[in-house]
Amino acid sequence: MRIDVDRGRCCGAGMCALTAPEVFDQSEDDGLVVVLDAAPAPEHEAAVRRAATLCPSGAITL
Amino acid sequence: MSEFEAPVPLPTARKAGCPFDPPEELARLRGERPISPMAYPDGHVGWLVTSHALVRAVLADPRFSHRADLTHAPIGGTRVGPARPAPPGIFTSMDPPEHTRYRHLLTGQFTVRRMRRLTGRIQEITAEHLDAMERQGPTADLMEAFALPIPGLVICELLGVPTTERARFQSDMSKLMSLEVSTEEKIAAFGALQAFMLDLVLAKRAEPTDDLLGGLATAADLTDEELANIGGVLMGAGFETTANMLALGAYALMSHPGQLAALRADADLADQAVEELLRYLSVIPGTVRAALEDVELGGRIVKAGQSVTVSIPAANHDPEHFADPGTLDLHRPTAGHVAFGHGIHQCLGQQLARVEMRVALPALFDRFPALRLAVPPEEVPLRTDMMIYGVHRLPVTWDKE
Repeated sequence: MRIDVDRGRCCGAGMCALTAPEVFDQSEDDGLVVVLDAAPAPEHEAAVRRAATLCPSGAITL
Repeated sequence: MSEFEAPVPLPTARKAGCPFDPPEELARLRGERPISPMAYPDGHVGWLVTSHALVRAVLADPRFSHRADLTHAPIGGTRVGPARPAPPGIFTSMDPPEHTRYRHLLTGQFTVRRMRRLTGRIQEITAEHLDAMERQGPTADLMEAFALPIPGLVICELLGVPTTERARFQSDMSKLMSLEVSTEEKIAAFGALQAFMLDLVLAKRAEPTDDLLGGLATAADLTDEELANIGGVLMGAGFETTANMLALGAYALMSHPGQLAALRADADLADQAVEELLRYLSVIPGTVRAALEDVELGGRIVKAGQSVTVSIPAANHDPEHFADPGTLDLHRPTAGHVAFGHGIHQCLGQQLARVEMRVALPALFDRFPALRLAVPPEEVPLRTDMMIYGVHRLPVTWDKE
């Protein structure tokens, strides 16, 4: 699994950081998505998929 | 599908004795035609979308605009005067790139981490209000004693609005949100709010403060009008929504003793309980978009210029997405509920709302384990006349130790 994020699309809702906190965070400055681990361990993959589905602005692609 | 289906208004009538269930008509529409012609109060004929899949599709699609000058109001009495472009700063009724510019100035202030840092302060504010209730009890109006002041004080502190102004702000705001207040009164209330926020902004320009509006006043390139309007949007959004979720949420838990017992027995269930209450109660009836071009949606053609209302309660009670949706089940999977919307306008303050509910609801029942209605259920005044559903008052009582 490889994660791509588009910070231009990100609307900073925080759904990814809420859903998969081991893999996603929000920048302290602008609240936009920060990927902590672009190649997450298998045990986090389900949460990452859920985060991508829940992302309101479609900013996460796998 | 008949070509002669008559457009229907947005259903708002709820079955007597079922204060938590969405209007019944929504389930029928969702089952028969999840995109249906809708009659708007101003005479416009647009659409009403009621399935979870289509609601999400509309909210995520940039061909559907949220601009105030393009959308028709789905509920009568909610818009004052003709459709106009949103004033500067009212980013909730704008599209990109204007929406993006404003939103990205604010997103850093409402992150998951930043909102969780407020937990301790929200616990203090909650405890103070529970103390006051206990002193004055054993009866109270839970709306006045608990649900309104807690999120009201939290948003005041966060933005840097003097907390002494909370009650005044709340009264003007509830006039604006009422479907039964006259246009003249709404204009007066809106003017008072605008003047108040503008004075506040000017004060913060002169003497910067360590809060959200103070920070924007010094750091961001915003006019006084933009900043005052942003402040108004955030105050309005922070007040009524969470307040109604707290009161209706408490009422729902009191009415489902098994679920309440599960929550009281397991503190770790609180996050899940908040999500399920958001889904189950869906206090925001819907939101509206306007098609910027012809769009095919669920087998129908939405013409450019037509408004599309998405029903939040209908989507959150769609059996295709949530099994047995009419049952409050704090253990169920709730992922994908659209109580905070979806798409680029998804609620900016949702992480704050989550923390407020997660703190305040368990604390309420820890303090008053035997909390119950002080009147028969049919005497609880429901907010069927407001843009946000809930209760006007919630008379409660408890056993004094």
